[in-house]
Amino acid sequence: MMIISLLSDICLLLGGILTLTGALGLLRLPSFYTRLHAASVTESLGAPLLIIGIILDTGFTLDSAKLIIIIIIMVVSSPTITHALCRAAAHGGYTPDMQNKEKSQTQTDTCAKESK
Amino acid sequence: MNELLGHFNYWIVIFLMMMGLYIVIASSNLIKKLIGLGVFQASVFILYITFGKIKDGSPPIITENVEIYSNPLPHVLILTAIVVGVATTSVGLALIVRIKEAYGSTDEDDIHDMDDNDDFDIKNRSIT
Amino acid sequence: MIENLHLLINVSLLAFLVLIVFAAINTNNLFVATMLFGIFSFVTALLFLDLDAVDVAFTEAAVGAGFTTVLMLSALRLTGAFENVKHRHSVLGLLIVVLTGAALIYGTADFPSMGDANAAVHLNLAPEFIQLTQEKIDIPNVVTAVLASFRGYDTFGETVVVFSAGVAVLLLLGMGHVEPKQEPEQNIVLWIVVKPFIALILIFGLYVQFHGDFGAGGGFQAGVIFASGFILYSLVFGESYARKVIPSSILPRFAALGVIIYGVTGLASLLGDKPFLDYNALSSNPVSGQHIGILLVEAGVGLAVFATVLLIFYSFSGVNHNE
Repeated sequence: MMIISLLSDICLLLGGILTLTGALGLLRLPSFYTRLHAASVTESLGAPLLIIGIILDTGFTLDSAKLIIIIIIMVVSSPTITHALCRAAAHGGYTPDMQNKEKSQTQTDTCAKESK
Repeated sequence: MNELLGHFNYWIVIFLMMMGLYIVIASSNLIKKLIGLGVFQASVFILYITFGKIKDGSPPIITENVEIYSNPLPHVLILTAIVVGVATTSVGLALIVRIKEAYGSTDEDDIHDMDDNDDFDIKNRSIT
Repeated sequence: MIENLHLLINVSLLAFLVLIVFAAINTNNLFVATMLFGIFSFVTALLFLDLDAVDVAFTEAAVGAGFTTVLMLSALRLTGAFENVKHRHSVLGLLIVVLTGAALIYGTADFPSMGDANAAVHLNLAPEFIQLTQEKIDIPNVVTAVLASFRGYDTFGETVVVFSAGVAVLLLLGMGHVEPKQEPEQNIVLWIVVKPFIALILIFGLYVQFHGDFGAGGGFQAGVIFASGFILYSLVFGESYARKVIPSSILPRFAALGVIIYGVTGLASLLGDKPFLDYNALSSNPVSGQHIGILLVEAGVGLAVFATVLLIFYSFSGVNHNE
């Protein structure tokens, strides 16, 4: 069916763009907590959109059921992992900077080393 | 050109192998040496699996309507090799932990210095 | 078009690998190097999937990217080596590496082109094994058939090697003793999410164990996945609770039991007047004898690998360290 194929292509393209955005944010954002925000784009919408694109392409088979289970597991586990990372950072003494004093990459890496 | 593309995998794998070997030779830290050894091991695995691939083949699980299967024998060999590799890595890491307990450092140069000067007391260092 | 796409995936994954190893050479921080090694193992698993090796990709992802990273982090915690290490450039080492690499590349001139169906390695044994699997063993997964039945001796040796590694780590580090603390640190989100996850992981481990005949899977992957459920429990709820669930004293016994199950299956064939590890003797119908033999043998392997992996983790986490 043409429309399902078109929808699948759109989902795959959007998923790719979102994943690229997440990767760009991971490289360019200044501090650890902001970088975690960027990474969460990939895990909450980027990867599920890619998998939905594949599901639309595969049709109504057992493989699609397995892929839906994978989406559910990913959407549940990835934010939990982000939460665990934030707790570990806070436990190590690196708290988020609420006054927006950190401006550049080099400053934040020094902050991370000092607070260890 | 086709010849170049056909052999490209092998050259990259050899490059990876040599980088792993360089990590083993050039780092003085024992854990980094283990990481280099792991890289060397994994690139050998990639070499073997590359040998087993057949163009237009499919994974060696017998299904209907499939004519060409990739060669299953390298898969069997590398499956064993991966598990044995992790077993030896774990023994290596346990040895590093005990070396750290005995010598107080995981740096190869420091350990050699301490061996030459004989200034450690291995009997008194043990796991409490 | 699909040919070119396949080539593109292959080339980009290999390029990733090269970049990761470059970064691992140049970094001074051991924590960074360990995480890069974990990423390297994961990209290697993707590359194996691209090269049609599904069982191997499964094992590499579970064992290499999963268990090895946890093990190295445990070792780093004990050796206290998070801080920067000395960087040493070795010109002699570079020279040796370049010469060896040049010699090896000269040696690859004789290699067959990648994917060539007429290469010598594909001509004799592989089609014969694929044919024999369909006739004599009748299970879809050829790799499991070859691993458990045609090359059963090698897998027996491998199981014994895994067991010996567990014994060696026990001799070096001991099982350790973890004082029972009070309640572990409160972490509501992790506790609530992880509990159903552990159940899912254990069920998936059992699924992989028993469906190893029909799809990708088998004893090794299943043992590691099953053990990682317990490792997750130990990481989130604390080691003292984990040691109450699986006491450390039964793990060496389970590992030995796994190896013994494998050996006894072989001995049972001797009782049926056939060679060691010839499963045709296990039942009146040779094909169902093979099925029973592969089931028992994979169960032995899964048990031994599960017990050894969990044993090694307990050993590393039980060493008392001064913090």
